[in-house]
Parts: sequence; structure tokens; C-alpha cells
Amino acid sequence: MNAIFWILAAITVAGGLAAVTLKNTVHCALALTAAFAGLALMFLELDAQFAGFAQILVYIGAVAILVVFAILLTRGAEQTEGVFSRTWLIGLAIAAAVFAVLAWAVLHSAAALPDAVGLPGPAPAVTVAEIGNALMGRYVLPLEIVALLLTAAMIGAVLVALHEKGEPPR
Amino acid sequence: MIHATPLTGYLLVAAVLFAIGLAGALTRRNAILVLIGIELMLNAANLNLVAFWRYGPHPEALTGMMFAVFSIAVAAAEAAVGLGLVIAIYRHASTADLDEINRMKG
Repeated sequence: MNAIFWILAAITVAGGLAAVTLKNTVHCALALTAAFAGLALMFLELDAQFAGFAQILVYIGAVAILVVFAILLTRGAEQTEGVFSRTWLIGLAIAAAVFAVLAWAVLHSAAALPDAVGLPGPAPAVTVAEIGNALMGRYVLPLEIVALLLTAAMIGAVLVALHEKGEPPR
Repeated sequence: MIHATPLTGYLLVAAVLFAIGLAGALTRRNAILVLIGIELMLNAANLNLVAFWRYGPHPEALTGMMFAVFSIAVAAAEAAVGLGLVIAIYRHASTADLDEINRMKG
């Protein structure tokens, strides 16, 4: 594990932590963007160039902007009391328990992982042309299903967010 | 027996991120912040997929990275529908505070 990994891990974890703890929702969205950027750089460091740039385009370019729009559209919902739910202690306990189980599993299963672990081979030279061929060959059915899902989600999101009948637009 | 391999590091970061997202989804009052927590959890899963792909025995097979790319596409659809639902609920109840939205009857 090199210095780059630790820097990226620090950016990602700090961004995620800030995204769920800050009081101002706009600051939360900005911290979320930092976490997404850290993850995209981690993908690039793992030699997954296509996934890294897709992460930048989709998450930083679209999802973060969508979150900011939703925050602005629900601006009147600013909380006067605390930002955490009444049952926050239970939620925190569940999250801590889940993390404990995950960390235990990761740390204790390392011996069972393939021998390649620890000595990563040469970076796989994956070109975009290869990815395109795979998408149009082996993965063509999932690709079509995702296309259908994205169309349905777009229409559904517009329909759900439309004004209700008989109600003046606000 | 504990080995500190690069893969272990990535998996631990993903576990930390997943726990942070879960804590956010379970403890925040604002519906948008709950969605942010869910996005963080999805991203943690993607990091696992890419890390296993890179350190697995056959990185040239593209499987893990393809899974992550499809997962990113599905997460984008989820974010659009989720935020649309939050806006619809806000318009209906004039609040995005999940502690106050406790009736199923409009």
C-alpha cells in the first residue's frame, strides 16, 4: 500500500463522513462530491480507467447536480431542531455493528484469498475498444436491459415529480 | 492471522464507506441526506467490485469492471427516481423531515 492509496482513502472517507454529519445540506452535497472524486481516483489507481471516468461523469456530473437541485427545490424544509433523527443512537449502533462484522470478515479472510493478492500482476491493458466489443458481444443483454431501465426511470422520475392534479404549482 | 495486502486496504476503505453511508441513512432526518447515505453505500460496493477485479486472478476478463459500470448506471436511475420521490413528498407534505412523515394515509 503506497502513499497515493492512503491519500485517496483519506479524501474519500473524510468526504463521506462530512457528507453525513454536516448541518448545512448544501455543504453535505459538496462533501459528497469530494467523496465521489476520491472514489473515481481510486478506480483510476486500480487501472479501471473506464469505470473511473464513468464515475466522474455520472456521479460528479449528474448525481451531485441532481442532489443540489433537489436540495434547492425543498429549500423550505430547513430544520429548526437537530439534523439527526430521534432514533439516531439505534442507527449508529446498527452501523457500527455492520462495520465490525465487515472489518472482521475482511481481516480474517485475507489468508483465503487467491495467491495473486499482495503481488498485483502487470496492469491489464484494457482499451475502450475492448470494452465496447464486450458491451456489444457478451454483455449485450444487460446493456439493453440497462437502457430500458434508464428510460423507464427517466419517465418515472418526471411523472412522480409532476404537480399533483388540482393543485396550483408552487 | 492478519495479512495487510493492498486488496485488504481497499476492502477496509469500502467497509468504512459502507458503514458511514448506513449510519447516514439511518440517522439523518432529511430525506435527501438519507439518499446521499444510500449513494455512499452503492459506491462502497462498486469499490469492492473494482478492487476484486484488479487483484483477482483474471483481470483481463473485464467481469468485475463491467459489473461496476452497470452498477453505476443502475445507481444513476435510482438517484433520479429517489430524488423525484423526495420532491413529490415535499410538495405533498411541505416537509422533507422523515420524523414528521409518519402516516401512509395522505
